[in-house]
Amino acid sequence: MMRAVMYLMAALSVMGLAFWAYQENYATQQAIKDVRRLHAQIGDAHERLGMLRAEWAYLNRPDRLIDLAEINFDRLGLLPLGPEAFGNIESIVYPLPDILPITDPIDIRSVTPGGGEDPL
Amino acid sequence: MIRTPLRPLARILKARERGEDPGAIAAENLRLRHEAIADKSRARAEGRLLVLGAFFAVAFLTIGLRMGTIANSAPEEPRTAATGNPIIGQRADIVDRNGRILATNLETHSLYAQPQHMIDPLRAASELKAIFPELDEERLIKDFTGKRKFVWIRRQLSPEQMQQVHDIGSPALLFGPREMRLYPNGPIASHVLGGASYGREDVASAEVIGVAGIERNFDSLLRDPANEGKPLQLSLDLSVQAATEEVLDGGMKLLNAKGAASVLMDIHTGEIIAMASLPDFDPNNRPQVLLTGDQSDSPLFNRAVQGVYELGSTFKIFAVAQAMELGLLNPDTMIDTKGPLTWGRFRIRDSHYLPPSMSATDIIVESSNVGTGRIAMQIGGERQRAFLTSLGLAEATPVELSEAPSGAPLLPKNWSEISTMTISFGHGISDSPLHLAAAYSSLLNGGTRVLPTLLKSDTVQQGARVVRPEVSARARSMLRQVVTRGTASMGDVEGYRVGGKTGTADKPKENGGGYYDDKVIATFASVFPADDPKYVLIVTLDEPSENSGDKPRRTAGWTAVPVAAEMIRRVAPLLGLRPQIEVSDVASVTLTSN
Repeated sequence: MMRAVMYLMAALSVMGLAFWAYQENYATQQAIKDVRRLHAQIGDAHERLGMLRAEWAYLNRPDRLIDLAEINFDRLGLLPLGPEAFGNIESIVYPLPDILPITDPIDIRSVTPGGGEDPL
Repeated sequence: MIRTPLRPLARILKARERGEDPGAIAAENLRLRHEAIADKSRARAEGRLLVLGAFFAVAFLTIGLRMGTIANSAPEEPRTAATGNPIIGQRADIVDRNGRILATNLETHSLYAQPQHMIDPLRAASELKAIFPELDEERLIKDFTGKRKFVWIRRQLSPEQMQQVHDIGSPALLFGPREMRLYPNGPIASHVLGGASYGREDVASAEVIGVAGIERNFDSLLRDPANEGKPLQLSLDLSVQAATEEVLDGGMKLLNAKGAASVLMDIHTGEIIAMASLPDFDPNNRPQVLLTGDQSDSPLFNRAVQGVYELGSTFKIFAVAQAMELGLLNPDTMIDTKGPLTWGRFRIRDSHYLPPSMSATDIIVESSNVGTGRIAMQIGGERQRAFLTSLGLAEATPVELSEAPSGAPLLPKNWSEISTMTISFGHGISDSPLHLAAAYSSLLNGGTRVLPTLLKSDTVQQGARVVRPEVSARARSMLRQVVTRGTASMGDVEGYRVGGKTGTADKPKENGGGYYDDKVIATFASVFPADDPKYVLIVTLDEPSENSGDKPRRTAGWTAVPVAAEMIRRVAPLLGLRPQIEVSDVASVTLTSN
């Protein structure tokens, strides 16, 4: 009796393990497939990024920027950076203090309409 | 199973009745029984052997089959266990010191044809000719109608051209993916970058290889997949490089020069911030190498590295600095400058009238050949040679360009006394502007050797000591005086305390036999700010002439110096150098505390 139960248990566990291995196998294959797809996506993104970076570099090439600065000189007035662009910190005026907002208004009796009596 | 007893009493009694031996019967029974047991265990052992044999057969068969399939199938990239990033397999980018792109890759397509699938070869050829005017139609027709099964048509296509080829609608015109090297800044820094071309080509891909400059020098590093596309960072600064080239180009045209070169170097780290050579080229469309004539006329020629010239009076500071280092003189020592200085049949003169005796400082300020020659005689050829070697002026620069070894200096075969004298003022020895930049950096940064490099590095080079720090400071002070009251008076840039030395050398005739009268190499080697040195700038003009006066003026003071001054004015603010402005006391506040 005991032996039969053992056989049964063993057979069941083998079946269970086989099922688990089958599941794992397919899950792994699916994961590999996902990774491959993601790699392809990342590769595409990289390619696009490279393209954008190349385009950015091409549009910002110094020759073009110099030409643009010259064409738009009327509007922008850009000049090459010169030594005169550096200033002294002392030559900057301190900002004038703003007029403080009135948080505690004072009523002046003589201006207040209808006022006449002294509360004290 | 009912067990038969070995000595059953009933059978023994029966046997006794028949007169048989019951012992023999028992023995016989035992024998039969043992035989049965032996048969059984033999059968079991045979079964086991069979199973084991089958197991081994299956195992060997499996391994054999697997080996067979592995040997016969195409290799496959291991995807699950791959370390690193399998995506970035491209040639690495090249960026400047601030990360701005100098070279990158672009996806494009190549065009090829399989003529056996061609339906109307004549029409395809004429349509292709219409899209790409540089193709030879006759040749295409010959290729398309002949026996060839495969014809390359173009290596790179723009997307518009690809669409036009699609529109031809021929099934035999096919596209392959290609990676193209792109230099987005065009000709800027072209000599440093060099260029790239295709190596082995296939329909599916082609390898991009560097053919010159830094692309060739670092080819294996840029192609190494283990770097995972990490960009190569150079010491160049794109803005500074562009400004340098703009000023140099303007100066070259204004002064009618044939060519020009400039090197801007960090005096402490040896990093080359900008290096220009004109005329230049577009590395996206690299011109062919000259097959005949002088290679130095080709735009591919890097004057700053490969161009070795006699750099004239810029070398005088080396003689004076060495004499100070050896304790032979100090800046105020008076030297006999009465000319001409005669040695055998050679006579050394000064280019303009000078007093018969001058201080060492004035010899540099007024650029006296006679005075420098006399100082060199005191030093002697052996020590002069050793000193120039310690500054790196006797061997090719170790800069990371594939052209660097071809810029080896030209030294006299026999370092005689007359050579010693002429070398002291920069004749009889030929070096490149980059050599001069490295030597000036080594001499003026406090006196330690600096090797030029194109790779970004933040550490100050700890080179061998060349001169003592005080000699270095005195040399800087002399160079500063050249600008404030000497031959380079046009070189003063307000706020940047430029120091430098001019050099005007007659060009030697190509086929020997002396020097040209009207062709010079004008050089200005400068350091700024002179009191706290940060950068060295060398500007060299090839055959300049300033024609605004009655006579053409060719000396460096009139040609290279103004160009260098304008360059410093443009470049120093870009490098973040503040001009030193006199502080006005009116608005300043003095903070004190007890």
